[in-house]
Amino acid sequence: MVSTESLEIRNSDDIVLVRQAVRKKSVALGFGLVDQTKVVTASSELARNTLDYGGGGTVQLETVENGARSGLRITFEDQGPGIPDIELALTDGYTTGNGMGLGLSGAKRLSHEFELWSKPGQGTRVSILRWK
Amino acid sequence: MDRIPILKMGEFLLVTIQVDMHDRLALSLQDDLTSQIVKYQTHGVLIDISALEIVDSFIGRMLASIASMAHLLDAETVVVGMQPAVAITLVELGLPMRGIRTALDVEKGMMALRGAISQAGQNGGSSGIH
Amino acid sequence: MASSGLSGVFEKREQEITEQWVEQQQSTGRKLTPAERENTNRQSREFVRSLKGALKQNHSEDISGLEWNGVRDFLTDFSARRAKDGYTPTETASFIFSLKQPVFSALRTEAGSDAAALAAQVSHATTILDKLGLLTAEAFQKSREEVILRQQKELLELSTPVVRLWENILALPLIGTLDSARTQVVMQNLLEAIVETRSDYAIIDITGVPVVDTLVAQHLLKTVAAARLMGADCLISGIRPQIAQTIIHLGVDLSEVTTKATLADAFDVALRRSGHRVVRQDAVIGNAAR
Repeated sequence: MVSTESLEIRNSDDIVLVRQAVRKKSVALGFGLVDQTKVVTASSELARNTLDYGGGGTVQLETVENGARSGLRITFEDQGPGIPDIELALTDGYTTGNGMGLGLSGAKRLSHEFELWSKPGQGTRVSILRWK
Repeated sequence: MDRIPILKMGEFLLVTIQVDMHDRLALSLQDDLTSQIVKYQTHGVLIDISALEIVDSFIGRMLASIASMAHLLDAETVVVGMQPAVAITLVELGLPMRGIRTALDVEKGMMALRGAISQAGQNGGSSGIH
Repeated sequence: MASSGLSGVFEKREQEITEQWVEQQQSTGRKLTPAERENTNRQSREFVRSLKGALKQNHSEDISGLEWNGVRDFLTDFSARRAKDGYTPTETASFIFSLKQPVFSALRTEAGSDAAALAAQVSHATTILDKLGLLTAEAFQKSREEVILRQQKELLELSTPVVRLWENILALPLIGTLDSARTQVVMQNLLEAIVETRSDYAIIDITGVPVVDTLVAQHLLKTVAAARLMGADCLISGIRPQIAQTIIHLGVDLSEVTTKATLADAFDVALRRSGHRVVRQDAVIGNAAR
């Protein structure tokens, strides 16, 4: 059983909505409290990145099943300027804005799987997955 | 929910954050708090986050800003009531949270503030927190 | 021709098959209580009806389609309950396999002298029942695994008690091997206990932990960091010489953590830090008398 949900990220109010949607989905999947907190926090980081650096975008929540285990995959996509140096972007503390530079690396640490695709001028897609 | 209320609790100010904050709210909190610190000439601020189920780097940044601003205004800050799941996640996230004093609850927070303030007095105006 | 034949036989001889099957089940296996017997009868009737329905809609040997959803769900549910009630895998799978005899004898009666038709129908029936039997066995297995997992989790929670040493000092004596899963549960329990008891100090004692590897050391450090974030202080005690060496060789940085060789030493530190002093009664009395 795979269910998908999509949301738009256009302003900072939407970040709150993304958190709530991720919380709801992870609760429905039976995630423990700490796992819920981790996946919601990671989503908050990435949603903010999408807004601040991507100029807004979309997020897709997808339940994933692999045999006995189930998980939640969350994919953020924007048509923004893209990330010129991915490796640099993934180092802690690196930021081109006012942030603490933890968005990408932090979200990666909080997730079981992490995928990043970005091309300058073409946008960015970040996907995280957390198993139950 | 327009603004987060700031209560005067004896010699200190108490801020209880109960909602999922968006940017405007965070900014207005910082504004309100700084003006209240000056208005009451208070030397201690307690921020109760026991109702916060999520603390991301944005909130962390806000708390750090508040602590810095308060310090400039000669007030110390203590963040109280962090939930275990939040603490575990923050450690994993790698948020430094340096320079932010924490305590288990409001009561212990007040004790910590009194200690910090008297120490600041002894050090001639600097609490020695980096 | 053969496929609709099987379906047709079920249509015509549903009752007969069910009765014979129930009899077959009761004659093999162990003695059932009246309640269990009634249960089995009901389940058998339900199953045959369900099977009949599926066969009518789908004449192939493929049981994965939508038409077979009811049958598959029934068996999954059936196996889960059997697993929970303590039946063996054989007893559970026999539910299906014991259906063969009644079905074959019904087929034989219907086919009469048409040997070719009979052979084809028996083959069809065998394939279907074998597949269903395997499905039952797998569902049973999966159910057992889920039970074991749940029991492991409960055992985990029971085996890591948090002890209150003083009004604001907790101790967590860890015993046995620590794996990633267990350590995380332990972390959570300790941090929650800190909140509940409003303790300023927590001592994690690893005297009873034989091996400390990088992962365990990292988890311990994370626990200490999390406790600090919450406003409590965490100490680690019970670091044996070998463990001390391992930790240094692993390059894990414990410089920010207060570590003591014994729980008693750590307790002493916590007491002093919280402004307590332990004094002998008679020394006080002795002084007062003077």
